[in-house]
Amino acid sequence: MNLSRTAAELRATVIGMSHAKKCPHLGSALSCLDITTTLYGSVLRIDPKRADDPDRDRFILSKGHAAPALYATLHRFGFFGDDVLERFNEDGAELAEQPSPGCVPGMEAATGSLGHGLPIGLGMALAAKIQGRDYKAFVCLSDGECNEGSVWEAAMTAPALSGAWGKGLDNLCAIVDYNKLQATGRSHEILNLPNLAEKWRAFGWDAVEVDGHDLDQLVKTFTDFRDANTSGKPKAVIAHTVKGKGVPFMEDDNNWHYRIPNADEVAQARQLLGVAE
Amino acid sequence: MRNAFRDAVYEWAKRDERVVLLSADIGNRMFDAFKADIPNRFYNVGIAEQNMIGLASGLAMSGLRPVCYTIANFTTYRVIEQIRVDLCYHHQPVIVAGVGGGLSYATLGSTHHSCEDIGMLRSLPGLDVLTPGDPPEVTACVELAKQKTDGPTYIRLGKKGEPPIHADVPTLKPATWITMPDGSDSPDVELLSCGTVLPVAIDAAERLRSQGLGVALRSCVSVKPLDPSALEQAFTRSRLVVTLEEHSTQTGFGSAVAEWKADRELTAPLSAGLLRLGTPDVFLHRTGSQAYARKITGLTPDAILKRVTESLVQATPAG
Repeated sequence: MNLSRTAAELRATVIGMSHAKKCPHLGSALSCLDITTTLYGSVLRIDPKRADDPDRDRFILSKGHAAPALYATLHRFGFFGDDVLERFNEDGAELAEQPSPGCVPGMEAATGSLGHGLPIGLGMALAAKIQGRDYKAFVCLSDGECNEGSVWEAAMTAPALSGAWGKGLDNLCAIVDYNKLQATGRSHEILNLPNLAEKWRAFGWDAVEVDGHDLDQLVKTFTDFRDANTSGKPKAVIAHTVKGKGVPFMEDDNNWHYRIPNADEVAQARQLLGVAE
Repeated sequence: MRNAFRDAVYEWAKRDERVVLLSADIGNRMFDAFKADIPNRFYNVGIAEQNMIGLASGLAMSGLRPVCYTIANFTTYRVIEQIRVDLCYHHQPVIVAGVGGGLSYATLGSTHHSCEDIGMLRSLPGLDVLTPGDPPEVTACVELAKQKTDGPTYIRLGKKGEPPIHADVPTLKPATWITMPDGSDSPDVELLSCGTVLPVAIDAAERLRSQGLGVALRSCVSVKPLDPSALEQAFTRSRLVVTLEEHSTQTGFGSAVAEWKADRELTAPLSAGLLRLGTPDVFLHRTGSQAYARKITGLTPDAILKRVTESLVQATPAG
């Protein structure tokens, strides 16, 4: 599979969803799309036909406002059909702007209220240890979400829990989609967020910084963690990203946190992504 | 009640390997047997209650049966959104237990009182709210919560050392209250006791009886769901229904009964009036024991006797 091509097509899909269904948070969805594409395209051990297999890897998009990115990705990788995606954000539809529990196969948790995904993912990782299962739990957070205290409660807990397996949940991976913007401004200026990797390290995590749009680097980082996390610690992947990535006139422009693209902008974006019809 | 809860969870965990006990850095020595015998399923998750509830949800989503334990105010107010989203919205069968319910920890001050927890929690879809009144009722409530598989349950505990009132563990069914012995079949007063005040209610019932009044007493162990059959009987056979709780009269058990009554009276008027007794809509700023706190909030047998007899004068005459 050509992941780069897939990511471009998924970007075009979420831009189209935003336009057609008047859904905000487009910049946030484009920011994490390479993360979801690489995970589902090349890393996670999940069979979409057996999406409730107890041994599957788990992925939680804790930054639930970027749900269209996850919807488009799950759809692309066969978790549900075209009809469900086409009904997105319509009255009575399965897929809301932010996901409800079990709305489609593969949706591990209802997110949208920030700061909930990592504790839930931590519980899934602990359950694997208790039950002797081999799956891994991945949770994608936004940098703005790291304002929430519950993130740091979970961050302190994951390396500390111990049981028959030893100490620390080495089967948990927190991915921070670090685009340096949150709803109303630069995340560095709103709270004291810098030195994010050092913060996670100080909390006891094996933290690495990656280019969150370098697909090869993402695949390698996630695969290495999944197949052989030798650190004995939970993994924090600080993924440096660009809000609105892939469409130059949206990139790093925080207006696209809420703005809905018009038809001309959708067409222009598709051309820039190389997926013009 | 605390130890009855501990024992019930311990016995359950010994027989069911899905049970995982989470403590938010509380219960020093209390869980020693659990830790020694079932070490892989006890976790002190620190003074980090938000994470405890989310973690419990993740465990439950993975097929386990978590039990979260800490002081009632921390396991409710502190984490109300986690209970709402992570447990209720996701329909996860997690038991959330709060020790020190109501004024049990009166001397610790209002930060440690929980006289608003029932109101907050009973508003959440899918959450059952259980309020045992003595240690055997605690055991019965844990049994009831174990049987629920499609959503969470809150169990509001008192403290340690309350004497048992029931000789045996009562058998509870969902949405069913416990009828206490020696009640009148055609009472003037139906006393509905919710949770930790059950010994006070028993004392108050005796004093009312000594005044020549017929009294029926129930231990209302389930605030959500209520027991509609018991309510129907109480409001149709007595002159006055009295709710009693160590909780604010705003939003608590009495409020739930008032809501039921308002809805029910759309069908036909009910003969009995309703008197709601509980704590006032204020914080307590003076310290004191639970007995002191009950005294200044009107939750003593004497104060109850006075309020009930005054209200009976206003209530519909017998017959």
